[in-house]
Amino acid sequence: MSDNNNSWATPAALALPKEGYFELESGRYGPTFPKTPANYGFTIIVKVKEGREDIIREYGKTIEAAVKDSPNVLEPLKLHFLRWVLFDVGSGLHFMYQGIFDTDFDKYMEDAIALFNSTGVTTVFVNLEGFPEDWKTNIDAVTKFFREHQRPSFLEYGEYPYVSAAEVKSALKLKAAFSEMLDQMQ
Amino acid sequence: MLELEDIQHYLLARPNAVIAQYNFITFHNAEAGRKWVEALIPTVGTAQSVLAANPNDMRWVSLAFTWNGLQKLGVSEEELATFPEAFRQGMAARAAMLGDTGINHPDNWEDNMASEDLHAVVILFARDKDERERCIKKHQEYLDQTPGVEILSTLLLEAVPPLDYVHEHFGYRDRITTPVIEGMVIGAKGEVAISTGPKEESRIPEFTSTSPGSHLPSKPGEFFLGYPDETGVIPLQPQPEVLSKNGSYLAYRKMQEHVGAFRNFLKQNGKTIEEQELVAAKLMGRWRKTGAPLVLSPDKDDRELGFDNQRNNNFDYEKMDPHGYACPVGSHCRRMNVRDTSVSRIMNRRLIIRRGGTYGPYLPDDAPDDGANRGIAVFAGCADISRQFEFLISVWANDPEFEHLNERDPFAGSIDGAFEVTIPKRPIKKKLKGLQAFTTVRGGAYFFLPGIKALKYLASLQ
Ligand code: HEM
Repeated sequence: MSDNNNSWATPAALALPKEGYFELESGRYGPTFPKTPANYGFTIIVKVKEGREDIIREYGKTIEAAVKDSPNVLEPLKLHFLRWVLFDVGSGLHFMYQGIFDTDFDKYMEDAIALFNSTGVTTVFVNLEGFPEDWKTNIDAVTKFFREHQRPSFLEYGEYPYVSAAEVKSALKLKAAFSEMLDQMQ
Repeated sequence: MLELEDIQHYLLARPNAVIAQYNFITFHNAEAGRKWVEALIPTVGTAQSVLAANPNDMRWVSLAFTWNGLQKLGVSEEELATFPEAFRQGMAARAAMLGDTGINHPDNWEDNMASEDLHAVVILFARDKDERERCIKKHQEYLDQTPGVEILSTLLLEAVPPLDYVHEHFGYRDRITTPVIEGMVIGAKGEVAISTGPKEESRIPEFTSTSPGSHLPSKPGEFFLGYPDETGVIPLQPQPEVLSKNGSYLAYRKMQEHVGAFRNFLKQNGKTIEEQELVAAKLMGRWRKTGAPLVLSPDKDDRELGFDNQRNNNFDYEKMDPHGYACPVGSHCRRMNVRDTSVSRIMNRRLIIRRGGTYGPYLPDDAPDDGANRGIAVFAGCADISRQFEFLISVWANDPEFEHLNERDPFAGSIDGAFEVTIPKRPIKKKLKGLQAFTTVRGGAYFFLPGIKALKYLASLQ
């Protein structure tokens, strides 16, 4: 792990088998996916229900507002990045939800559902085909939905591999503190 | 409103007992199993009867079943399939996920805990040794009447001396914090009422008045099936309703405590008694003898604080100790109850009601380790094994990535061989390395603790 050596300094790429993992390891709700140079993450692709495009795009603004309002709102999810994409390559409109995390999503499933609920994100999934009606109470069904629509990567790359968001932030804080110190020494 | 006349007392009323015995049971056939359940039902204390009883009268038993046990009693395959996956699989099957590897692996478990033949557990409480003998004799009589039911193993639980404070073999004071359930108040005469505030008079203070700084009272559905939980609705329940209503899950965990290794560790890391006590407190998050929280008393123990339940939970980590200079981020209490919204916003969905006690002989302070098997044997009560118990163990106790520590919980973690502990300290953190594990997982299983009507339903299956 990056804590113990300078592995962050050497860019790394990792090719993954079709399943997205080398060895089957189960979490509480199903198989887990390994840490790669680009950390943990998922890519979920689901067909959008007829006529819901505008509603989904509106949710982009909802999230923007929620984070602006309370910058730490997504903190418990151990996120680096989220990327939401809508596309149609001839088979109808699809929604792609890509997230890069510092942990396998199996571990924080309940946190995610609770957070989505409180920020209004969940309702974005309600616009997708097959999302369970009883998502609020049926974690198993929600997890199953995500797993069925997860498309594992077969290549992941990191320019500064395996580094956690917390490490990036503390390195930048340190840098800021150093420049402040240098300023003070002028 | 909790149906106290139907709920087994185990998670609601803590018996006034210093001795208990767990009998782990196997059924050779359904009929014998059902007969045995039927014979025991009158001895099972409901929350209502136990709360109303003379506090010295603790002849009650508790009765819980594994999924294999329910199957053996004749619950239909269709109904069995409605139980959650974690319970169906059992704890041993989920060892890799929980983190129980190496010496902690189910292959090394004791008391036939990983056996498919483990069907039920009977928990017997007793005020003293004579009372226990009487209970065991009585239970043996039931067993004699039903030759198809056999004891797989037994475990004797006994409080560790000195008895003036409740503690485990390492000497840490226990039973300070526990979740509180909304709407539950027992009046002075034993009458059941709905809580109107924290100050109601009660027979079971731990459940009726919250100590400042602890969790808000939980919705009953966090611990009992068939009630709304923190989402505000009643989650899907196993079928039929008569079987699941008023039931709870119990996750059993038997952990050996290596008292010699623990004491050596303290001696190696502290020159004086005071330093040793500080190291012990850093591992737990509370001072050993009193339970005073490190956040409120970082440098020395404070007996008054420890025993004052208006103050001993009145703290958080997020604002009062974000870097862990007082209470290390990796300490047991800080892992099991994070008190920090950057780590969890749903702490109210990760709670367990802890029950159980210590087994094995007391090792006096000055005695060398005799290698005897001693430790804790606890049941974690909850309504969702996976969301509550398994999350605590697999993520907060055993995930090396928890808070980037690359460590495990020094007590609840499944540690195999050497391990490390980080103690945040200025100017640089102190890392204690090459420690020998203090604890080893020796057994575990998932049980379902049914309500009384459900027990009758099981006894009457065809
Ligand atoms: C040998 C192993 C263990 C030892 C020595 C131990 C000891 C303790 C002690 C002394 C406390 C503080 C007393 C209190 O707050 O009431 C505590 C708290 C706690 N323990 Fe353990 N424990 C062990 C294993 C476990 C396991 C396996 C679990 C989980 C299933 C667990 C869950 C908790 C929880 C949830 C708390 C309350 C924390 C809080 O609310 O601040 N412990 N433990």
